[in-house]
Amino acid sequence: MRVVRAVVGTVGELAITAGVLLLLFVVWELGVVGFTTNRAQAATVDTLERQFALPTPTTPSTPSTPSTSSTTDTPTASPTTSAAVPVPPPGDAFAILRIPRLGASWAKPVYQGVGLDVLAKGIGHYPDTQLPGQVGNAAFAGHRAGHGNPLIDIDTIRPGDAIVVETADTYVIYRADRSEIVPPTDVNVLAPVPDQPGVAPTEAWLTLTSCEPKYGSTNRFIVFAKLDRSVPRAEGLPADVLAAPGGNG
Amino acid sequence: MYAALWRLFPGGRLAKTLQALLLFAVVVAILFIWVFPAVAPHLPFEDVTIEPTTGATS
Repeated sequence: MRVVRAVVGTVGELAITAGVLLLLFVVWELGVVGFTTNRAQAATVDTLERQFALPTPTTPSTPSTPSTSSTTDTPTASPTTSAAVPVPPPGDAFAILRIPRLGASWAKPVYQGVGLDVLAKGIGHYPDTQLPGQVGNAAFAGHRAGHGNPLIDIDTIRPGDAIVVETADTYVIYRADRSEIVPPTDVNVLAPVPDQPGVAPTEAWLTLTSCEPKYGSTNRFIVFAKLDRSVPRAEGLPADVLAAPGGNG
Repeated sequence: MYAALWRLFPGGRLAKTLQALLLFAVVVAILFIWVFPAVAPHLPFEDVTIEPTTGATS
């Protein structure tokens, strides 16, 4: 009897210990990591804003050969051509993502690359996709659970919602078009024309990918947005763009 | 298991309680600083990207 009681007691203590361990992990992931990540991301956004506010030095990317007529009279609203924009180095923060639907002050740094180390810091830009504002598809990934849960409410984004990518010289304003849930291997959502692989793009798209269900990863939650307009930084971001969107959140 | 640990601590009830709390704090610190950061990348909810084959990195 003494032996049985000792064994049952030890098993019970181990089970309680395992439960406490799991609880501690949740506290760590959602509390400690979330807190530190959100603070670090806010600091990065501040740094980017200060960098962007500096007068832009004459860009080294200006082609040495005189460019042809196509660039001279392009209206600001049209997407930029791909040749002019330098690709950011891997792991560098190069833009700020703002989605008013997720909060009036919701702003996250965008890094080049989608490795776990990059995504632990903020939103990641798929390196093989276009840059924000370019014709084609600029695709981003972000955590929905853990690491500050940047995209935890991605499913509340409604068609027409503004999604703003702020780069060093431009506010690229997208409007959400539609969302869908796909298997993790559905690379077509990253195609230059989303969901239409092989079709030559004529418009600028943005794709957001995160996990689905919330706190799971069996599928991916995708939001597609289409370019509304690009506003040069010098003109400032129109105030109404970041206003709280109507409708149910 | 924990009863044996309790008997192992020297001193009276107050001293034993303090030692137990200290030991718990040390364990939590080890978990938070080394164990959990090592485990987290292997958990499923970290996967948010679209990849042609699962497990590949782009």
